[in-house]
Amino acid sequence: MSLKVENLTKRFGGLAAISDVTLDFPTGSLTAVIGPNGAGKSTFFNLISGAIRPDSGRVLLDGEDVTAHSRGDIVRRGIGRAFQVASIFPTMTVAENLMVAVAAHRGQWAGLGRRFPPPGARVRAMEVADLVGLAHVADTLSAHLSHGDQKLLDIALALALEPKVLLLDEPTAGMGPEERWQMIERVQRLWERQNLTLVFIEHDMDIVFRVAQTIRVLCYGRVLAEGDAAAIRSNQAVIDAYLGTEEHAA
Amino acid sequence: MTSGTAMRDIAVAAAALAILIAVPFLVHSPAFLDYIIRIAAMSLFATSLNLLVGGTGLVSFGHGMFYGLGAYAFALLMQRTQISLAAAAGCSLVISALVGLAVGAVCIRLRAIYFAFVTLAMQMLFYSIIITWQSLTGGDQGLQGGIPRRVLFGFDLNSQFHLYTVSAVVMVVGLLLLRHVSASPLGATLRMIRDNEPRTAFLGVTVWRAKLTAFVIAGVFASLGGILAALFVSGAYPELANWPISGQAIFAVMLGGVSTFLGPLAGAAILLALGDAVTRFTEYNGMVLGLVILFVTLGLRRGVLDVLTEALRRRRTGPAAGAAE
Repeated sequence: MSLKVENLTKRFGGLAAISDVTLDFPTGSLTAVIGPNGAGKSTFFNLISGAIRPDSGRVLLDGEDVTAHSRGDIVRRGIGRAFQVASIFPTMTVAENLMVAVAAHRGQWAGLGRRFPPPGARVRAMEVADLVGLAHVADTLSAHLSHGDQKLLDIALALALEPKVLLLDEPTAGMGPEERWQMIERVQRLWERQNLTLVFIEHDMDIVFRVAQTIRVLCYGRVLAEGDAAAIRSNQAVIDAYLGTEEHAA
Repeated sequence: MTSGTAMRDIAVAAAALAILIAVPFLVHSPAFLDYIIRIAAMSLFATSLNLLVGGTGLVSFGHGMFYGLGAYAFALLMQRTQISLAAAAGCSLVISALVGLAVGAVCIRLRAIYFAFVTLAMQMLFYSIIITWQSLTGGDQGLQGGIPRRVLFGFDLNSQFHLYTVSAVVMVVGLLLLRHVSASPLGATLRMIRDNEPRTAFLGVTVWRAKLTAFVIAGVFASLGGILAALFVSGAYPELANWPISGQAIFAVMLGGVSTFLGPLAGAAILLALGDAVTRFTEYNGMVLGLVILFVTLGLRRGVLDVLTEALRRRRTGPAAGAAE
């Protein structure tokens, strides 16, 4: 499923968080969105997933306009997302987290006629847990999981909805170097196996340059540059605005 | 596995009902039977509140409105119409569902503290209608003159024994139904909302619909408690609809515990027993109750039943697992 945004604009007060952004994410592509803090990356995800409404512009899913549809409707059309800070259900076990997501996906969340979980939900939940490598902690309370496993569970919640497009907001945030690579390899494998259109926000340039097919650089709400790793690495505007400062900071 | 838990709950309910029905043959104390009847009313009220508080994370300060509404609607229908007791009770529940739908539609979109305040405001509005509409409600005197035609499926509710039996059955069946709601897929969805509302919306759940459904169900079961209260006091009085009654339900929920299904039932039993015992020794019963509640909330930091189940689990899994908590 292809995702496309046209002339997307969002202002907070006088500040344009996203300004006239037009981008195309073809079916089955793997794209990184990078940019300095405050570049509008998370706002960009929020606009696509229906969390906030754009002031102008359109979001197109396989050519169909889904701009300003509700979060639930956009999810049902196939855009799943995971969050910068793992967004899970802390009083439930891993399996329960995934079972409620499966029930929600199957439209069984309002059911009163039977007991939870609905038939088949547990089997499907375990399949999803297996996909991200959480099957061995299925009966652990999710609040007790390690930070990395909570991030994985967050992604698994999105996967339970069988998305066609998956948005990952900093999947490696807050992880040590080794853990980051494990995470990103998992994500890459998911992308290959599930035939996803995957877009991820990332700060670790090694990861971005190694993994992403295409890189989009946002800066002050605008698209500063796009292209493959080689093109971005040698782009003077990107070096000035982002890569340069990054090395400076390090 | 799914039907297994349902069967277990039904078995527990059947056993509890058998014990309750045996009580009058073993304990010859009218005061004790009255106590159980009051628990029946209060436990339905408090457990339905906990579907919102513990089950959904919606702290309502105005749940007593539905308790009062059940009592008044039922008493009015019995006094002013000729319909049977069962029909009057059924109509009262339908009225409560409709009022719940209207009040809920206004309230459930509000965030935590605003939800609490607006539910409280709704109850105070309801209360002032009762006080001022004297021709219908009897104003601050309440609906006196008793409840006629007190016969239900051959049970003559003028007899304490029959009223007791009916109350016990209504309580057990009502709690079993509420248990089923919280164990259903909708109940799981409500726990999602309690844990993480934005994430729930991002998983495709229409959050306001789930909340509104919970609000209506809770209102209906609170008014079922109110109907039992009206039968017990043989009328309907403004105290049944005033805001302290909401406070009582909140106390019961806090005393018994929010995370155990039977917590509010335990809380209701403790609260009523405490009230009776303390009134016998001092007129400052409000102060004593306040101290007990302070002790439980600040000292135990959880309800009594929460603490007990936790202790039981620790004993079962050994001290090591308990220490890891």
